[in-house]
Formats: sequence, C-alpha cells, structure tokens
Amino acid sequence: MPAAIHAEGLVKTFGDVRALDGVDLDVPEGTVLGLLGPNGAGKTTAVRCLTTLLRPDSGRAVVAGIDVLEQPDAVRRSIGLSGQFAAVDEYLTGRENLYMVGRLYQLKAKAAKERAAELLEQFHLADAADRPTKTYSGGMRRRLDLAAALVVSPPVMFMDEPTTGLDPRNRQQLWEVIKNLVSGGTTLLLTTQYLEEADHLAHDIAVVDHGKVIAKGTSDQLKARTGGERVEVVVHEREHIAAAAGVLTGFGKGDTTVEEHMRKLTTPVTGGAKLLAEVIRELDARGIEIDDIGLRRPTLDDVFLSLTGHVAEAKNEENDEEAVK
Amino acid sequence: MSSTMSDSLVIARRNLIRMTRIPEMVLFGLIQPVMFVILFTYVFGGSMKIGTTTDPDVYKNFLMAGIFAQTVTFATAGAGAGIADDMHKGLIDRFRSLPMARGAVLTGRTVADLVQTALTLLVLAIVALLVGWRPGYAEPTNFAKILGGFGLLLLLGYAFTWIGALIGLSVRTPEAATSGGLIWLFPVTFISSAFVDTSQMTPWLRHVADWNPFSATVQACRRLFGDPGVSQSGAWPMQHAVWASLIYSVLIIAVFRTLAVRKYRRAEG
Repeated sequence: MPAAIHAEGLVKTFGDVRALDGVDLDVPEGTVLGLLGPNGAGKTTAVRCLTTLLRPDSGRAVVAGIDVLEQPDAVRRSIGLSGQFAAVDEYLTGRENLYMVGRLYQLKAKAAKERAAELLEQFHLADAADRPTKTYSGGMRRRLDLAAALVVSPPVMFMDEPTTGLDPRNRQQLWEVIKNLVSGGTTLLLTTQYLEEADHLAHDIAVVDHGKVIAKGTSDQLKARTGGERVEVVVHEREHIAAAAGVLTGFGKGDTTVEEHMRKLTTPVTGGAKLLAEVIRELDARGIEIDDIGLRRPTLDDVFLSLTGHVAEAKNEENDEEAVK
Repeated sequence: MSSTMSDSLVIARRNLIRMTRIPEMVLFGLIQPVMFVILFTYVFGGSMKIGTTTDPDVYKNFLMAGIFAQTVTFATAGAGAGIADDMHKGLIDRFRSLPMARGAVLTGRTVADLVQTALTLLVLAIVALLVGWRPGYAEPTNFAKILGGFGLLLLLGYAFTWIGALIGLSVRTPEAATSGGLIWLFPVTFISSAFVDTSQMTPWLRHVADWNPFSATVQACRRLFGDPGVSQSGAWPMQHAVWASLIYSVLIIAVFRTLAVRKYRRAEG
C-alpha cells in the first residue's frame, strides 16, 4: 500500500531547541498512526510541518502524494486539520463556522450550506447549530472542530491531541466518531499523550521523545519489547506476604516485587491463564486469602517508561513551545 | 488568485457577524470619539488660539477634522487585537491549513474594520453637527467635497488597520496588540495639526507636524469641509494636502500590506 503520509529527516529548530531532530514517518493509506509522546516531545511541531503551517529546516514530506514543501496549496486541498485547541470562532454559530470553512475550501455557497447541515446532523450538533459556539460544552466544541476538518472529506486527516482536556464520556464519544471516520478509508495521523488512546485507535504507534522517533510498531509489538505478562496478587493479611512471595517466585520467571503498604506482589510469568489457575490453587492450598489476583499485560505506560526512562507526563507543552519561540 | 476576493468577503462577513455578537465593542468604539468631541469642544474650546482668534466657535469648527482623523486611526488597535486574538485561539492555524487566498484573512479583517469605521464616522459627524460643527464655516464647500473629505478619512483609516494587522501578527496576546496599537498613535495624532494650530509650535516640532501623514489628511479635510484654521505652512504636504493624503495612505497600504501578508504566511505562532 502506498504511504499517504511520508516524512523523512524532518528537522525543525527553535533557537537552541531541536523540536524535531530527524523524524521519519510512514502512514500507509487507510491506516491510523498514533504519534505518542509526552508534552514538548515534538508531536505538535511534526503535525505543523506536515500540514504546511511550519516550514521544516530540512527534510522532506509527502502527503497524499504531494510534496509538502513544493506544493503547499495542493496539500491544503487534500488534508483536514483538527487542532489541540478547538479552533472554531466562538462568536459564530456552529452552522456559520462550518459554512465559513466550506467556503474557504472553495465550495460554492449552496454546497457549503448543505454540507454544514449534513455535518451538524452527523455530529449530533443539529440542536445547537444556531447558537454561538461560546455556549457549547468542551465536547461539543471538539466535535465541531472535527466536523470543520471534515468539510471536504479529505483523504488525509491530522488530529493534534483531539481529546486533551475532555472528560471520559466525551472522550469515548469522540473515539467512536474517529473510528467511524477511519472505517470509511481516511488516513489519520493522531497525536496523543494518552497511551490508552493510541492503543485504542491506532494501527501503528510511533513513540516520540526529544524530537526523535524512539520506537515504532503496533501496540502489541511495543508491549512485547517491555517483556511479557505478569501476575499481580493482593493478599488479605499482611502476615501472608512472605508466604505468597514464596509461591509466586516458584511460578515466576524473575524477581517478585512487593508493595508492602498495598499488600501487592508482582511476578513476571509466562503461561497465561493456565498458570494463573495453578497459582490460585497453590495459594488456596496454603490457606493464603487473597483480595485480588490478575494476569496483567504491560500497558503502554510501561512501554514508555522502559523506552525513555521517564514517565509520560512531563511539562506543559504550551509553555514549552512559548519558551522556545 | 481568483479566490482572493471571495475569500476576503467570507472573512469580512465573519468579522462583521462577530461585531453584531459583541455589540458592546462597537458601542465603546463610538463612545470614545464622542467623548473627545465634547471634551475638546467645551474644555479646550475657549482657550485655544487658532490663527489670531480664541473664539470657541472657531476652535469647534477647526477641531472636528482632527477628531474624525484621530477616530479612524484608532481602528488600528481593533484590527491588531482581532488578529492577535485569532492567532491566540488557533483560528489562524485553521485558516492557514485551508486552501484559501493568502492575503484574505487580513484583507477580510481590514475590510470589516472599514465598515465599522464608516459607521463610527457617521455617528460622529451627526454628533459634531449637533454640537455646532458647520461645514463651510470659513470657506464655501459642497456636498461632493464633503464626501471626498470622508473618503480620504476612510482611506486613512483603512491604511492604518494594515499597520494594526502587522502589530497583531507580531505580538503574543490581544492585550499587547491593543496597547501596542494605541501607544504610538498618541504622538502621531498630537504632533500634528489635528488639535492645535501648528504655527504656535516650536519650529522643529512644526516641521515634524507639517510632514506627518496624519496632518495631511486633517489639512485636506479642512480644505474640503471649508473649516477654519487651514495651515498656511509652505511645506509640500500642507500646500497639496489632498494629494499628500492620498499618496501617504496608498504608500502605507502598499508597505504594510506587503509586510503583514509576508508575516502571516510565515507566522509560526
């Protein structure tokens, strides 16, 4: 499959800071790439370079088969951008916003009007269509922003942290919208600092830190890199910790870690559910009462930690970007 | 590009809709110049010497062209703040990612500001007539000349909004754009023939005032309106005020439009 988004060696510096330090990306047509990284990693800068908003210092990018640096105008006709901050005019109504964007995508007045009505319906905004967006909730504003990016049904979409700041319910709703979109064949590049989000939406994940792609692969491939599964046990009585540790180490493939205050023990294992059943039987046989037991696969949080050596939540990106400009 | 015109109109329409949704902004924009008319007329009116007279009636008729001109230049701050606000809220990013004409976001904004300026001028002219401004007070005039005077004022205002656009693209916040759009206007509008008879100034200051683009429009309006206190200075812009006003405004547009559009295209905000 041809790549709908292709970038090689993208470099962008702001003063002394290399926001992008040689980024290579490939997103096959019809797939979703999750660009995952902490604040200030360079995700937004990458999106801004690929969407013609920022000129990289060096490197090359091709979007929808068009060279971004040579024909930025042609690229703009083929992409939709939904930003980190809902970029709609707060004093205009939802309908007026979508109509304006339609006209600026060079639709005729009538077509822009019809498309606006269609999108308002599709994004469950019809009831609020004629209210200034100032009165919208955060979730509604994000949906409108997304609708604005979809006015001409562009083949390639970019979403920069589409759910940042949304509550769980609104995040779920937006995920559904994005999944529908992708099932329709749109290629999507999505940035996020929510590991769960990348896991949920993206076919492939590129982990970014300090302006570099430090790992690429599917969610499963990345998880495999941090090692296999592990058993987690929470015992009922503090006195049973030592005995339980003995049992787990017997089954385990490595050291058992103990979190005393939570009465929680963790051991890396192989063998899956069958092994878990054996562990339960053994604990039971020794009269060790348990509150909780489970087989845990590594989360993307673990992946991130093992790749970068630091946790995924760092500083405030907005302030960072301000500072480097 | 053929879409320049239609894209600019789409953006102008958007900014005009915004104005109707924030009527208090338009209202404050009206109150300020009306206040200036009343304050200058009644507070300064009796103590200002125009030529050889301190007749408050003469000052009143002298003053109006100056207030009109100052009012149109204050649109600079509005344009700057509006564009800085769009940058700040991420709207400029959206526009820049769309396949639209390059200068349209800025042209649309300045055209919308021009409409607001015209509205403000209309209200201001009515207030001026109410407090006793009489076109033709000193020299005969006619309707076409008066319209021509207002045309020059609108052109000056339009030119200054392009300076505002550049300021708006250069600062980080709408607040900075408002103050950055206003501060320098005070020396520009006061070191001019707008509020005082420049023949009373020290020679070097008078020289600055005579060549100030702002003075040219004020002088041109006084001539066209038949107002008293027309400067007798021999400086070229004072002698050929209508031409000077036109040339200055067109030059300002040419220079600042170019700079602002270039800045917009490179904006990395």
